[in-house]
Amino acid sequence: MTDASLEPRTAAIRPPMRFRETRRAIKTYSRSFSSMLGLVIVVLFLFIAAFGPWLAPYPEDAYGAVDFAAKLLPPSAEHWFGTDQVGSDILSRVLIGARTTLQIGVTVTGIAILIGVPLGLIAGMTSGWISEVIMRITDIFLSIPGLILAIAIVGALGPGILNAMIALSLVWWPGYVRLVQAKTLSERNETYVDAARALGAGPLRVLFVHVLPNCLSPIIVKASMDMGMAILGAASLGFLGLGAQPPYPEWGAMIATGRAYLPDWWWATFFPGLAIYLTVLGFNLLGDGLRDVFDPRQR
Amino acid sequence: MSDPAMLAIRDLDVHFPLVNGQLVRAVEKLSLTLRAGETVGLVGESGSGKTTVGKTALRLVRATAGQIEIDGMDVIGASNRDLKKLRQKAQIIFQDPHSSLNPRMTIRRAVSEGLILNTSLRGKALRDRVAETLDAMGLSAQFHDRYPHELSGGQKQRVCIARALVLEPDLLVLDEPTSALDVSVQAQILGILKDLRATRPALTQLFISHNLAVVRFLCERVAVMYLGRIVEEGPVEQVFDDPCHPYTRALLSAVPVPEARARPDRMRLTGDIPSPTNVPKGCSFHTRCPIAEKGLCDTTPPPLRRTGEARMALCHFAEPMLETPAT
Repeated sequence: MTDASLEPRTAAIRPPMRFRETRRAIKTYSRSFSSMLGLVIVVLFLFIAAFGPWLAPYPEDAYGAVDFAAKLLPPSAEHWFGTDQVGSDILSRVLIGARTTLQIGVTVTGIAILIGVPLGLIAGMTSGWISEVIMRITDIFLSIPGLILAIAIVGALGPGILNAMIALSLVWWPGYVRLVQAKTLSERNETYVDAARALGAGPLRVLFVHVLPNCLSPIIVKASMDMGMAILGAASLGFLGLGAQPPYPEWGAMIATGRAYLPDWWWATFFPGLAIYLTVLGFNLLGDGLRDVFDPRQR
Repeated sequence: MSDPAMLAIRDLDVHFPLVNGQLVRAVEKLSLTLRAGETVGLVGESGSGKTTVGKTALRLVRATAGQIEIDGMDVIGASNRDLKKLRQKAQIIFQDPHSSLNPRMTIRRAVSEGLILNTSLRGKALRDRVAETLDAMGLSAQFHDRYPHELSGGQKQRVCIARALVLEPDLLVLDEPTSALDVSVQAQILGILKDLRATRPALTQLFISHNLAVVRFLCERVAVMYLGRIVEEGPVEQVFDDPCHPYTRALLSAVPVPEARARPDRMRLTGDIPSPTNVPKGCSFHTRCPIAEKGLCDTTPPPLRRTGEARMALCHFAEPMLETPAT
């Protein structure tokens, strides 16, 4: 019968208990202006990526509609960002291009994590030749500038948005191997891993229950920063003509075609460039903010 | 002596190879037996190999040679299935309670883990059992969903004790369980450990510490380690009141006493403990020993002498117990 009297009390205490960690994280994050700015930019970017085609005033312009009567018009009430050399509305192309950009960021970062994290865990948990082989291959990849290698890979595969994403993914994973291996190595020697082994936890349980969750925060921080970096990388490939091909609405490719019209028709390059700049900045600020939240010294 | 041995260590060697080819001889030819229900202290300086002995006993560290048995079960060659049984029998509490708790687990989950891995308790029965164990350690329900960083050092150590005890082990290795804590909290933990001897008289404890007062307070027998070997062993009162080995004497005289007067009998050791990669020849203590004799101690390893009813010392100059002829 004492159970019944205790029940409402514990029930009243428990919910705030469970969310206290989250609340503390939100508080830490929202204290910083730049982190909040990053969050706002990223949310806005995700919103545009989701609803771009409905927001764009001239959605057909994004896919190669030509109207030479309206070519290279400066920014005006009708065309906020002006028009390009074939008379397409740049605002529409930038808005619709957000989705492509998001796709690139998520795919490249996602594949890099899928390759890099397992390899890093294996290299960190094992010792001997397996980890040596993984780490030396990683070192080889890390010693070559990523973009140069990506250019070589796209060159071999042929230009195109898909090949650009594959190439970027292939040069992106070594960073995760390094990060996860180092973190795993330090976690593996923590006393709580010994404690778990003493309780009877096998190597897989140690890996997935004890080591991996403690590696997650640096992975999340790096991933959010890499979103920005991957977008920049894809834009660079697009600018070099190796990524998305015009008239596909990709920001890097838009800058590449607009470059011929600089400096008189600056808006053709300025607005896609601004979009890249803000997006990359947003993801970096978000990553910085997350790092602050996950930093154990904050606790 | 008729009690069965709960933990039997025989001729244990634990060596760690270094990258440069040298060998760290952390534990050398160490034998130690704990009878069921007994609390034995293992004392020594930092680097004497105490912790390694404790970890090797639970196979958290691989032994190089020798035998270890827990309740008659072989530890070193145990198969995975036997190891699982051993895990339930023997538990360990570490020095630093902060790093021995996973920062991403609530203390309820931390204490549940052993039960999930070793028993079929699930659901409400599991929760009740965990809550009961934590309550017994003075951690009420409001703490159960907290993360380790939200607790104080003493609270964390109590969680670690609960985590070990929830499996109802027969053998508990305590690896300096109080040295990382504030003095006021140390007293609290020591109180809990003292109570443990009353509430669980069958529990065998290996208490690893460099704090001699704590060992005297908690243990029945003590083994003194120097450079991976046990140099003296015996009942706590006898060893501490009348040490046979010069190293034990030095350790005891290093304990500060609350008196202003200088103690004339104070015995100081000079220098540091030698590196375990390069153990001195002969008696490993001769480099620092005040009574070492040239030509004997630096060449010949000392014999293990019985110096009392249940006492042993590893020294050339230890007075052997007078053999009383059986009448």
